Amino acid sequence: MTFALETQDLTIRFGGHVAVNAVSCGFEPGTLTAIVGPNGAGKTTYFNLVSGQLKATSGKVFLHGQDISSASAPQRSRRGIGRAFQLTNLFPHLTVLENIRLAVQSRAGLGLNLWSIWSDHRELIGRAEEILETVALAGKRDWAAAALPHGDQRKLEVAILMALEPDVFMFDEPTAGMSVDEVPVILDLIRGLKTRSDKTILLVEHKMDVVRELSDRIIVLHNGALVADGAPAEVIASPIVQEAYLGIEVAK
Amino acid sequence: MILRTLFSGDMPRSRVLTVLLLLILAGLLLTPFVFPGAKSTNVAAKICIFIVLVSSFDLVLGYTGIVSFAHTMFFGIGAYGVAIALTHLGPTWGAVATGVAVALVLSLALSLLIGLFSLRVKAMFYAMITLAVATAFMTLASQLSDITGGEDGLSFKVPTLLQPSFSLREAPFMGVSLDGKLISFYLLMAVTIVLFLVMLRIVNSPFGRVLQAIRENEFRAEALGYRTVVYRTVSNVLSALFATLAGCLLALWLRYNGPDTSLSFEIMIDILLMVVIGGMGTMYGSIVGATLFLVAQNYLQDLMKIGSTAAGGVPFLRNLLAPDRWLLWLGLLFILSVYRFPTGIVGRLRSKRSAA
Repeated sequence: MTFALETQDLTIRFGGHVAVNAVSCGFEPGTLTAIVGPNGAGKTTYFNLVSGQLKATSGKVFLHGQDISSASAPQRSRRGIGRAFQLTNLFPHLTVLENIRLAVQSRAGLGLNLWSIWSDHRELIGRAEEILETVALAGKRDWAAAALPHGDQRKLEVAILMALEPDVFMFDEPTAGMSVDEVPVILDLIRGLKTRSDKTILLVEHKMDVVRELSDRIIVLHNGALVADGAPAEVIASPIVQEAYLGIEVAK
Repeated sequence: MILRTLFSGDMPRSRVLTVLLLLILAGLLLTPFVFPGAKSTNVAAKICIFIVLVSSFDLVLGYTGIVSFAHTMFFGIGAYGVAIALTHLGPTWGAVATGVAVALVLSLALSLLIGLFSLRVKAMFYAMITLAVATAFMTLASQLSDITGGEDGLSFKVPTLLQPSFSLREAPFMGVSLDGKLISFYLLMAVTIVLFLVMLRIVNSPFGRVLQAIRENEFRAEALGYRTVVYRTVSNVLSALFATLAGCLLALWLRYNGPDTSLSFEIMIDILLMVVIGGMGTMYGSIVGATLFLVAQNYLQDLMKIGSTAAGGVPFLRNLLAPDRWLLWLGLLFILSVYRFPTGIVGRLRSKRSAA
């Protein structure tokens, strides 16, 4: 069984601080893996190493068995690693539709087309509109992204990831800061993705009920190292998790 | 439908702006007939040349968000290319073509080199690097006097069709003699319109949309799979090529080129002001900005002379309005316009429409 995505001894140091410490882990297609751990455990940094925003000090990243350790962030994106960011990361003065359309356009490989008129590519706009529907933002298609309320910005962030149609979806706390009634839209999207056997999903999430419900597997990071890995029930019950992470959560 | 294709789906989107653009177009077209005299035609021709130059600057500054101070260097390369070719090869169209081609190749190579080596660095450093390169180039141009004519520059003959002594017919038409200067002017206008529409197309292409995305959030554009260095470099190169063409037009129009006419830092500041006043990232802003700026620069003094004479009795007012003080008033006008319209005139006109 080849993994869709695999990291081997992935490590990054910032000076003396080891933010991610020799994480070796493979992710099978058709599964959703939740990555949990206390703040500062290295979850987002691990994501940055996988999607190429940061270069690893040592270790390797494989996509469908191919070594992509030296590939840049745009290359990894084009090869099928899609990323939604924890801190909302949009094109603030462009419209909601344009934010998504740019992702659709990248997917279609049309970026270096200098001579056609962008608005003549109806198919790209149509696809972007479809995606807008799925996150219930169609009514705000002409708003500037910066003018959206926080919850809608989070939805747009996820919509951009959807538009890229990657093989590997990386969600970094997709529901953080959302109001309770907005969360189901995002969870439904992730559930929809889970039914696709060719998609691999990585999810960083703090809400344990969400993790319990969605994940096929949980890995736990603590101080940059992988400290637990297994089926959700098993991991949640393990003493190391109780102590390192969930203990704190329960105590709250 | 034809209009949509011509304007690449990017219409002025404001009635006032449409009227303003039509007025400018009509004004430029009719200048030789309505405002007789060499000065007015010269100003109109300069407006055309600067529309191309400022639009090409808007492509990098307004659309891609790159601050470059080397823009006049490419303008100068174009002007020197034509000047040197015509001086050495004689006043033929072949020489013009050679000059334009050599200038374009040189600009392409230089802009590619600067882009690849330095577009990865932070914006501030990039601005400094371009400033250094442009200064070096300016020094080089005035030092290599065997080729460039040094500080004196080069005066040369243009192909017969464009020479002032050339005449289409003996009798003047509507009081205007149909000479080579008039032909030059209308050729210049035609080229300006074509180049402007080409640039408008580029910024409204899928590529142009990526440029705006990079300006907005480079990090995210990368995460979407766009290799931003490639896009920034291509944008930089295209902008340099259009600036080069503007320089070629300048040399052909003036039949002269020297460091002060095409390379000086003053021009760099001028086009920066034009693009900011007109409205960055709008393309149409360059038409409005260049026209307003050049008309003010050339006619403010005349206007002040009238004002100064009218205020003859009041000494303070007379001194304030003296033609020598025109730069003071020009400066005040700019500060006011930048303060009142931070998004430029075009940005302001468009936002009024969407607010209504």
